[in-house]
Amino acid sequence: MNKSHITKMVLLVLTTISFMAALYLIFFYVPTELSMGVVQRIFYFHVPVAWIALLSYVVIFVSSIMYLRKRSKTWDTVAIAAAEIGFIFTTAFLVTGSIWAKPAWGVWWTWSPRLTSALVLWFIYVAYLTIRAYTQGDDRKARFSSAVAIIGFIDIPIVILSISLWRTQHPSALIFEGGLTPPMLLTLQICILAFTLLYVLILIQSIQINRSILKVRDLRRLKEMNEG
Amino acid sequence: MDNLGYLFAAFAVIWAVVFGYILVLMNRQKKLKRDIEKLETDIRQN
Repeated sequence: MNKSHITKMVLLVLTTISFMAALYLIFFYVPTELSMGVVQRIFYFHVPVAWIALLSYVVIFVSSIMYLRKRSKTWDTVAIAAAEIGFIFTTAFLVTGSIWAKPAWGVWWTWSPRLTSALVLWFIYVAYLTIRAYTQGDDRKARFSSAVAIIGFIDIPIVILSISLWRTQHPSALIFEGGLTPPMLLTLQICILAFTLLYVLILIQSIQINRSILKVRDLRRLKEMNEG
Repeated sequence: MDNLGYLFAAFAVIWAVVFGYILVLMNRQKKLKRDIEKLETDIRQN
């Protein structure tokens, strides 16, 4: 058993334990919020999913800068792995937000600054993945997508600050303004921990897959050279 | 209990997305492992 396998096994155990704790806290420990009722419990998964969507973009941003500086394939494989996961979690972020909006606001969608900037983030992920899929040449592909990732990073502070900068239907930054009771805050922290562990686990796995893709390509070239 | 359907739907979406993606990754990993083994065998035989 190698070091990477042990790391993944430890992460898997920790992720499982933290998700079990998170589910227990959400459904048996945390009190029901008075104004929204039971549907407010979506908050404990919606916020961590949003956190992962943003964290993943920060990983892409840093990896893209590092790729442009060092031109190392390692950074590019990290960026593409984070982009795919970020896209998945941004989709879940938008869908769960919409499901929560219906009972809370009476509509599935509203063009409020938070929702609009989150949708823009989703489109940036789509643009990034489209460039990866359709650009020819490894270096060109990595350079173009890195440029999009760096330019697109401007949306991250807008998503975070949108609820403070503009008047919006979306709840204000309750987490940072002391608007949560201690049981609510504890539950949210455990949920964020669980999703972060899951993110690290999936990211490691996805990076390994991207390395394997490069290995397969190198082996194909070697085979062609041997045959030719 | 009010709005339980929405709560269920939101959690179901997250689990479906996460497990769906993990399944996709596992399939990719399996296929790549097979490809690497096959290519290494072919190269050795050549």
